[in-house]
Amino acid sequence: MKGANRLDFELRLVANMQWAMRDLPQRHISRTFGRIFVPVDGDGPEVVERLARVCGIVSLSLARRAPLDIEAILAVSLDLARENIRPGETFKVETRRANKKFPLTSPEVSRLGGAHILGHMPEVTVDVQQPQRTVHIEIRDQEAYIYVDSVSGPGGLPVGSSGRGLLLLSGGIDSPVAGYLAMRRGVRVTALHFHSFPFTSERSREKVVDLCRRLSLYGGPVSLYVAYFTEIQKAVRQNCPEELYVTIMRRMMFRLAEHWARETGCLAVFTGENLGQVASQTMESIAVIGEVCRLPILRPLIGMDKADIIAWARRIGTYEISIRPYEDCCTLFVPRHPATKPKLAKVVESEASLDIQALLAESMARTEVVRVGGDEDTGREDTGASPLYKATWTEQENREDQGDSGLDRPGPRVLE
Amino acid sequence: MLPDIYLDNSATTPVLPEVAEAVDRVLREFPGNPSSLHAKGLEAERLLRRAREETARLVGVKPEEVIFTSGGTEANNLAIRGIAHRRRRQGRHLITTAIEHASVLNTFRELEEDGFRVTYLKVSTGGLVEPGEVIRAVGDDTTLVSVMHVNNETGSLQPIAEIGRLLAPYQPQVAFHVDAVQSAGKLDLFPHRWGVDLLTLSAHKIHGPKGVGALVVREGVRLEPLFAGGDQERGLRPGTENVPGIVGLGEAARLVRGMAPEARVRWPRLQQLFLAELSRGADYVVNGPGPGSEPGVPYILNLSFPGVRGEVLVHMLEEQGIYVSTGSACHSRRPEPSHVLVALGLPRRRWESAIRVSFSFLTTEGEVAMAAALLARTVEEYRRMM
Repeated sequence: MKGANRLDFELRLVANMQWAMRDLPQRHISRTFGRIFVPVDGDGPEVVERLARVCGIVSLSLARRAPLDIEAILAVSLDLARENIRPGETFKVETRRANKKFPLTSPEVSRLGGAHILGHMPEVTVDVQQPQRTVHIEIRDQEAYIYVDSVSGPGGLPVGSSGRGLLLLSGGIDSPVAGYLAMRRGVRVTALHFHSFPFTSERSREKVVDLCRRLSLYGGPVSLYVAYFTEIQKAVRQNCPEELYVTIMRRMMFRLAEHWARETGCLAVFTGENLGQVASQTMESIAVIGEVCRLPILRPLIGMDKADIIAWARRIGTYEISIRPYEDCCTLFVPRHPATKPKLAKVVESEASLDIQALLAESMARTEVVRVGGDEDTGREDTGASPLYKATWTEQENREDQGDSGLDRPGPRVLE
Repeated sequence: MLPDIYLDNSATTPVLPEVAEAVDRVLREFPGNPSSLHAKGLEAERLLRRAREETARLVGVKPEEVIFTSGGTEANNLAIRGIAHRRRRQGRHLITTAIEHASVLNTFRELEEDGFRVTYLKVSTGGLVEPGEVIRAVGDDTTLVSVMHVNNETGSLQPIAEIGRLLAPYQPQVAFHVDAVQSAGKLDLFPHRWGVDLLTLSAHKIHGPKGVGALVVREGVRLEPLFAGGDQERGLRPGTENVPGIVGLGEAARLVRGMAPEARVRWPRLQQLFLAELSRGADYVVNGPGPGSEPGVPYILNLSFPGVRGEVLVHMLEEQGIYVSTGSACHSRRPEPSHVLVALGLPRRRWESAIRVSFSFLTTEGEVAMAAALLARTVEEYRRMM
């Protein structure tokens, strides 16, 4: 990445980092040559935990500073080694010298550092090939930074750098992972959930709000659109052939998805679809269903195995939410023998008995928006939490926004 | 305006205003620890004594026999584990039924893992245990029989007096525990006459606060406590007493005792009215005991509407301000039956379409008539829609 792009990327990353730390004491974040420095004051582990979730960060190291003096550098290195390397472990010292005016070369500093630590810590040994721990010394213009090991970040691109995408979020295991993977490629996610009360319960809606709150840890606040879907399900069930229920219902979902994507400035629709997992996820079904949507439909999980998806879901903390038992009674709308190879002509003909435009218009009129994970999270009140606790939450959530000006303006809104 | 008709009273009941006021007053005005030597401690101790008397009176036992707990679940755990562990050298066989509450069944399952043998008695299609079966299950190493009084899902009423009479020759070797959470305060209980050694009750099923209940431990019956700690509740339930909650339980007990004579006349009328109103608009089947068949209580009704999904019905009714519960729960897209309805031998189409309607001391004829009419209409609407 070069020039203006790189600058844009870095500024966005810094803004996202500020947002991730918005309730911690304010601090100045500085950037130089591919590194970003965040001062910590006793809250290092907390800061590392927050920032390890920020997309675009490859790795984080909790470093200590030393003046540009070899004695001082060695002393700090030994302190850190004592704090971090356990008896019996192997280590090595690795030096990077960005400041070429420093009188010693990198290999010389590493050798001195290794000898100094060994001299004071007889319980550890050096292994330059495959050390268990690595003490890093970075010599920069003003001072040196010393740290032991690094924590991996998510990598990828800062959220927002690729534009906005609409995520179809069901409450299952797959779609939150798809959302996370989209975020990791720089997509700011708006979520769309189809709610079919009384066939799905208020609790399954609350589950989706909780999933969005979890995703917001990685990518900032999420606007969740809860689309009214009851009438559509009923109409499909009453008017269409049983084997096509799912195909036609999903076509209705993608019609709504395209509408809300355009409405909210999303450039593509993201789904958790995974080839061959269920009847609607054969290539034939995907083609017939996707045909109604003129925006690109991106499927980050398309080639993954279920086990891979579950591993991701566990890693990002959505799995425990997704497996809550308040699943819907959508089995009512699952045919005994769903078409795995639906024919477009037949589907279009079957849809002729539906007043598609009227059904879509009704759904749009009854769609609600919930802001999740921001400074004014409306998810909690909206999902029926007792007003008893509202005051306390408002206090907690009432934090100063130091973050990204591109973030959603908070505040609930019901679309007309 | 949407009605607000709460017919899920087997799950929990609304707190009576007088109870809420009593709890509030204790929280604000009586901060003492009943164990303290000074006047504030004494005040709190007096409140406990009063609540203990009211609770004892409700179920016909002596105040000294009442051990306050954090609710029905803890009382059931204390009774079952308390006897099993206390008597483990005497025997390791325990008897219960297939339709008990989870706090009973899962306690027995854990004891099985600890090397106890447990007999789970079957029930009839009406949800009843055969007293003779209980006795046939008793062996030399049996130390406990635990049978619930009223089943929380179907309202079936177990023949506790008869079981107690047949068990008498085996006592005191075999202790008799009765989970009376769904009957305490609603039916007349005679634990002593029935030979019951341990009896569980809960405050929030009788318009008291959640988080408080009691285990009645008959004089002379020794238990192993669940927790180590101080000597509160005769050492059977250590920990500073939940004074506000216990006062709430005592107050609820006092109030429902006054309401019971009238309610016992009202409930059968409500049941008849509900079913009559429902019959005019919908086909239904009663699960477990029905009016005029096997013994059951009139304040719990379990109904199936074949072809209808119970959970959807619950949501459709809630939209109209009627609150009931299901006989099955949707777990990960597939409905799972309740263990009680399965024990009754009901086929899938019955348990899948089951809902439970339960009345409280406050339920009125007007509410019941309206709920039944709306339920009939909703079932009709569901059938038309699907």
